[in-house]
Amino acid sequence: MTAPAAIAPSPQRFAIAPALLPWCALAVLTALCLLLKTELPWLVNFPKEWTLPMTTYINAVTDVVVAVIQPGFRALSALLDAPMRGARLALAWLPWPAVMLAVAALALKSSGERLAIFALATLAYILLAGYWPQSMNTLALVLLAVPISIVLGFLLGVLGHARPRWRPVLNGALDLMQTVPAFAYLIPLLLLFGFGPVVGLIASAIYATPPMVRNTMLGLDRVPAAISEAGLMSGCTRRQQFWQVEVPTALPQLLVGFNQTTMAALSMVIVAAIIGGFEDIGWEVLSSMRKAEFGQSILSGLVIALLAILIDRLTIGFARAPETGPTRAMRWMTPRRLVLSLAVALALAVVIRLAAPDATLLPQTGLRMQMGTVNEWLLGLVRDYAWFFNGVRNAVLYCLLLPMRVGISGSATPVMWGFSLPPSVLAAYAVLVLAMAVLAARRLGWQAATAVLAAGLVLYTGFLDLPWPVFILAVALLAGQVGGPRLGLFAVAGFGLILVNGLWPQLVQSLYLCTLAVLLCLLVGGALGTWAAHSDRVSHVLKPICDALQTMPQFVFLIPALMFFKVGEFTALIAIMLYAIVPPIRYVEHGLRHVRPDVVEAVEQMGATPLQTLLQAKLPLALPVVMLGLNQTIMAALSMLAIAALVGTRDLGQAVYVALGKADAGMGLIAGLSIAFLAILADRLIQAAVARSAAASH
Amino acid sequence: MDTATRPIKLACRNVWKVYGRRPAYYFDSRGYVIDPDALAERLRAEAHLPAVVDASFEVATGEIFVIMGLSGSGKSTLVRCLSRLVEPSAGEILLDGRNLLAAGGKELIELRRHAMGMVFQNFGLLPHLNVLGNVAFPLKIQGKPAKEREARAREMIALVGLEGREASFPHQLSGGQQQRVGIARSLAVGPELWFLDEPFSALDPLIRKQMQDEFLRLQRMLRKTIIFITHDIAEAFRLADRLAIMRAGKIVQIGRPADIVLNPADDYVAQFTEDMPLLRVITAGDIATPANGAALPERSIAADTSLEALIPQLASGVAAFTVPGAGDSPPAVLSAGAVLAMLEREQARRKSS
Repeated sequence: MTAPAAIAPSPQRFAIAPALLPWCALAVLTALCLLLKTELPWLVNFPKEWTLPMTTYINAVTDVVVAVIQPGFRALSALLDAPMRGARLALAWLPWPAVMLAVAALALKSSGERLAIFALATLAYILLAGYWPQSMNTLALVLLAVPISIVLGFLLGVLGHARPRWRPVLNGALDLMQTVPAFAYLIPLLLLFGFGPVVGLIASAIYATPPMVRNTMLGLDRVPAAISEAGLMSGCTRRQQFWQVEVPTALPQLLVGFNQTTMAALSMVIVAAIIGGFEDIGWEVLSSMRKAEFGQSILSGLVIALLAILIDRLTIGFARAPETGPTRAMRWMTPRRLVLSLAVALALAVVIRLAAPDATLLPQTGLRMQMGTVNEWLLGLVRDYAWFFNGVRNAVLYCLLLPMRVGISGSATPVMWGFSLPPSVLAAYAVLVLAMAVLAARRLGWQAATAVLAAGLVLYTGFLDLPWPVFILAVALLAGQVGGPRLGLFAVAGFGLILVNGLWPQLVQSLYLCTLAVLLCLLVGGALGTWAAHSDRVSHVLKPICDALQTMPQFVFLIPALMFFKVGEFTALIAIMLYAIVPPIRYVEHGLRHVRPDVVEAVEQMGATPLQTLLQAKLPLALPVVMLGLNQTIMAALSMLAIAALVGTRDLGQAVYVALGKADAGMGLIAGLSIAFLAILADRLIQAAVARSAAASH
Repeated sequence: MDTATRPIKLACRNVWKVYGRRPAYYFDSRGYVIDPDALAERLRAEAHLPAVVDASFEVATGEIFVIMGLSGSGKSTLVRCLSRLVEPSAGEILLDGRNLLAAGGKELIELRRHAMGMVFQNFGLLPHLNVLGNVAFPLKIQGKPAKEREARAREMIALVGLEGREASFPHQLSGGQQQRVGIARSLAVGPELWFLDEPFSALDPLIRKQMQDEFLRLQRMLRKTIIFITHDIAEAFRLADRLAIMRAGKIVQIGRPADIVLNPADDYVAQFTEDMPLLRVITAGDIATPANGAALPERSIAADTSLEALIPQLASGVAAFTVPGAGDSPPAVLSAGAVLAMLEREQARRKSS
């Protein structure tokens, strides 16, 4: 009798953790909701009658406010119009040999001869492809947006550094500026500034300011105490201390900010092409995509990609010298020689324009005029292999997208899967989920078990059929337990806002699309990152690909997805994944490569197999870094959501896009804020989780 | 060596530094005598951190005053109070008899430009300036003409033995070289008061020894008034004219190295210094007795000779030494017996530890 008693689990093991109790209550509520679903349909579909016409209020207020403040903004618009015209004319006036010479000289100074060659090749390609004027127009906008953002960002960054009290407000504002999709604030901007490229400029400046602010704060905060104390002890006045000690010491970080700001401005200038009225390269991509001229869209997309990579390398080269020290070409290009080269370029431009105006005429028949056959070939390719592309699309659609959206209960119907599931199979499913939950509870604790149960439930009902009270309470509970009651309240407030505005269906669509994209990215990217961490060769191959993917403006990702898979949710999924796959690769590789070597050695010495070392030592240790990667992935997926609306989705991004078309400022704002809310909530949740695990391990 | 005869350069009276929500609240009781231990206790109990507790000492002109303590004992905060990089919560700091805490912004800048120099543990070199630019930086701040500051900077660079590296940038130098630049910079304006905050702690032991020698050589030439912070007890005893030992913000003992090893104020200091060999710390001048008119032994040794260095001579049969007095004071006599008594004491100390 004593033996079984000894084996029997000790009573403590089944003691319920206090944090588990609300989850039990929630489980009961879930069961109730699912049972009452048919009687009380409002549990699943938030009734239209309950929504508040908040967008109408906002529009009413906007109409009044805009009417009052519009003249001021219109004046500002006129003010900005002059330099914009100037920049555009100046760049159009510059003959291409002069531009090439100037850019090559800058590239030589920034990163040496390899970048100079790349720069020349890029510019030559743009010239030959026939997109020179459009590219120059884009550059003109970037050249104007960047100084605005740099100055504004620097000032705000200095403010944030000097007044730590304002930090939370500033950070909140920056989060919003970066997470509210640009389409959403294009509407009020259009209302205020009037139709025209100035709106693109301002939208770019807004979007491109936060990186400069953050990097300015970071750089100034990170000035070592010894350096600032040395400055003070040298007898610096406040002004000397700032300009001669702090700013020069923070300069590398400020230059990183310059790089990120430039890239953000470029990206947004291209997205802002959607409002049209400016013949820039983004417009070329967009219009050729709309006309299904895939040859042209690839050509122009490549222009954007190359331009982005060139600007990125050019600006980052000034921020950090290569690890092996400056190359010979970089040393040769002294500041004096650089100035001289630029002067020669300008002189060349003047000579060409005055003496031989015909010498540098742009090729009239750029490559893009010859794309007819290519277009047909591409269309033919897609048509001929339609069985393949459609097959892939349908397979993913029916096996992944639909089950996520409507759940097993919704897709296991004769219409969808061609069969319906008998109750016995459903019972087996339930038993399977329960068994996994018990297993998870035994090995990883009740949190894991709860997650398994939730996943099992979502997979059964689908995102669309999930009762909203359950969903909101679950997320709020999670947020409250991980990040504190304030985060929980934030979650309730955010979801509440979405609910009462009648955007719940769009939210659910966004959620399932993003969840799926993030999961797939983690799976694929994580595997690639793990591989790269263990093989230098793979790492070498992946690095330039990741660099290129990360520098490309979001627009570009739509082209291949759209070309092969037509308009639809699957295309959006592919585009989102292309954009969001880089962080998991990068962070997983970085995390695994930088695990403390002494721990790995200790584990290997104990005789662990490589797989054991990976799963039981490296991955757990790299988890905080991987979590940061997850955070970045979610941010990327959510920001791509608005762009992916162009290829036809039914999510919040689409709501923003539609609002843009209808100039519905209220709807655009609410839907945009909803996306921003999701991004900020996810960010805070993950940060809180990382902080908790860090606190627990110390 | 005698501090009493030289003017006081810097005096620190009942200086407190408290971190917390409202440190000022605890120091508004003018006229009351506060019991420092009780107040420190109360501060800790009320979620304040007393980093410096009632520090008082005086430093004479030309003296090397070492403040020693483990990390977190408040020594770096104390030196920052002295230079007002950190604003003390209470107390008085007198520089040449003037209250430093009363100095306004402009005055403080002037003082820092001319009267003080400071060397930092992590060097604090400006990454965008080369060696010449770093050393000339304090002069540039003062608006000195380029030629003058360059000449002065070259002079200082030569002083610390870095000729030929003028055009190098900090990241191209070794730690020891970087600290030489830091030293040259702190001396460029010719300050009389020189703060060194753990200047050699970031260096390898071998380089550290070299730099200590270099430091002593410089001090013999320059005769600055020095506040030297360190956590390295060997370094403290090697360099100090006098030293202060800090623990939990409080100075537990001030004295010459010999005083501290011979008469530790409490168990903490005793434990702290138990590994310091007595014979190396104590010098002939420390234990020589006045001759009182008796005949002086013919063998004469300098007052700062360590007892350790005398042992070979004792072994060869010398019975006593003459220790000439500093200045006008009369010579003293050191007998072999006194040295051997110290050796015996050292043996006893070794056994008991």
